[in-house]
Amino acid sequence: MRTRPMYWSVRRELWENRSITLAPLSVAAALLVGFQVSIVRQPERVRADVLAPFSVAAGLLSITAFLVGAFYCLDALHGERRDRSILFWKSLPVSDLTTVLSKASVPLVVLPFLTAPVVVLTQLVMLVISLAPLVQGGGVASYWARLPLFQSWVAMLYSLAAMALWHAPVYGWLLLVSGRVRQAAFLWAVLPPVVLSVVERVAFGTMYLSAFFTDRLTGWYTRGFVLPRPGAPALEPLAAMTPVRLLHAPALWGGLVFAAAFLAAAVRLRRYREPI
Amino acid sequence: MACIEARGLRKAFGATVALDGLDLRVEEGRILGLIGPNGAGKTTALNAILGLVPYQGELRVLGRDPWTERDRLVREVSFIADVAVLPRWIRVSQALDYVAGVHPRFDRAKAESFLAKTAIKRGSRVRELSKGMVAQLHLALVMAIDARLLVLDEPTLGLDILYRKQFYDSLLNDYFDKTRTILVTTHQVEEIQDVLTDVAFIDRGRIVLECSMEDFESRYLELMVSPERLAAARALGPIHERQVLGRSILLFAGAERQRLAELGDVRTPGIADVFVAVIGKETGQESAGPGAAR
Repeated sequence: MRTRPMYWSVRRELWENRSITLAPLSVAAALLVGFQVSIVRQPERVRADVLAPFSVAAGLLSITAFLVGAFYCLDALHGERRDRSILFWKSLPVSDLTTVLSKASVPLVVLPFLTAPVVVLTQLVMLVISLAPLVQGGGVASYWARLPLFQSWVAMLYSLAAMALWHAPVYGWLLLVSGRVRQAAFLWAVLPPVVLSVVERVAFGTMYLSAFFTDRLTGWYTRGFVLPRPGAPALEPLAAMTPVRLLHAPALWGGLVFAAAFLAAAVRLRRYREPI
Repeated sequence: MACIEARGLRKAFGATVALDGLDLRVEEGRILGLIGPNGAGKTTALNAILGLVPYQGELRVLGRDPWTERDRLVREVSFIADVAVLPRWIRVSQALDYVAGVHPRFDRAKAESFLAKTAIKRGSRVRELSKGMVAQLHLALVMAIDARLLVLDEPTLGLDILYRKQFYDSLLNDYFDKTRTILVTTHQVEEIQDVLTDVAFIDRGRIVLECSMEDFESRYLELMVSPERLAAARALGPIHERQVLGRSILLFAGAERQRLAELGDVRTPGIADVFVAVIGKETGQESAGPGAAR
């Protein structure tokens, strides 16, 4: 009989961690409620900058994906040891490599692929509920003309891919910590960068490390897009994308090397260590 | 071919020596009970056999090195590490789907038919099942895997006597045959005495006794003797002695059944009693043993 360990390992993760699907859907629902209220109470504000609420929705859902992915990783290799189920998983022919890769694929592959349709659906619902009041205002044609939805979807897909690649070492680090610690995974994951940054500041008066760690979180945006300048008109979503600059950033590739190293260490840890 | 062959197996965690030159040989088609006090190295030995930890010394399981060839071996070896390792969130149907999806030797129909004999519902989560039902579910999954070696580490811990009996009955009637080998550790050793074909005692990381149950039964005899014949019985050199209701029970190794019968009632001792005698002698204390450890 043909087996598909990778496929079933990923499904297993989705069975166990229902927040992977529930969190984006809940955030989308909350966004829609907020948008409905803003249309009723401040229709002129919606008309003034039609794209803004759509961008906010996409942005918030992307941040949700990052947070869900980060907290998922922190628990992924820790939870199975805490509840001793690792002894069950290890009794089956699924290698440590497959297990760790299936867990890494949740933030790197599953969440982006899940977030994209949630964003599109949310924005379509937003479009529908905003049309009626705007039709009464008579500005549908200009509304549509000022709402480059297709462009923003391309930019959103690009953002999700850029975020996943840029954040890969963060997820790798969180998975490694999760496989290493016995408790307080969050502390062990967050304390080292914070403490190192503070120590550097105190010892040398410089802030290279805190800049480095901040860049690890936001660099996909600062390198992947033209940053809006105060006063200047906002660029169209496609025109703001700078994929070439992003792909030429050594920090992107360096980060991926670190991600691979962290994952390799996590695989080794799961293999070598006493299961409990 | 031996199913398990260990020679000089060593494993230390820092300064603690868990396995101290363990030798063990289990032939195919046997059911071996590995009996030992807490901390004797049972679980470490099983972990080494399952390829879960690296070790020193020589170890072959089904002709393979369990550490370096774990990925191949794990398809032919099943494993139940006590009852509480099934993830509590998983649904029965999901567990079936998952094992069917990853295990090439899993027969889903067999697992389903075993589950049909129980009260377990497909839609239930493990956390909603009783301890006994979780054990039944785990057993259903494992028995549907066509494995050559089944390792059971305290499989019935915390189950009531009905479930414990059922567990071993199912294992013997629906699973075990001469091509499979079962290795089991348990503290409830009296209950599985009739199930075992072989027994091994482990203490402080070494095997201190290893024999088939036939040898065990012909070698060890228990004599129940009244006070007036006690001195005569003691002269025959018992390895252990205890008092029950005013009568003495003496345990002999390698004594002649005929001569003992002249002094009182002779019977086959329980594994637990021999264990207490053998391990107690080793450690210089007589109270430690499976009966006391429970």
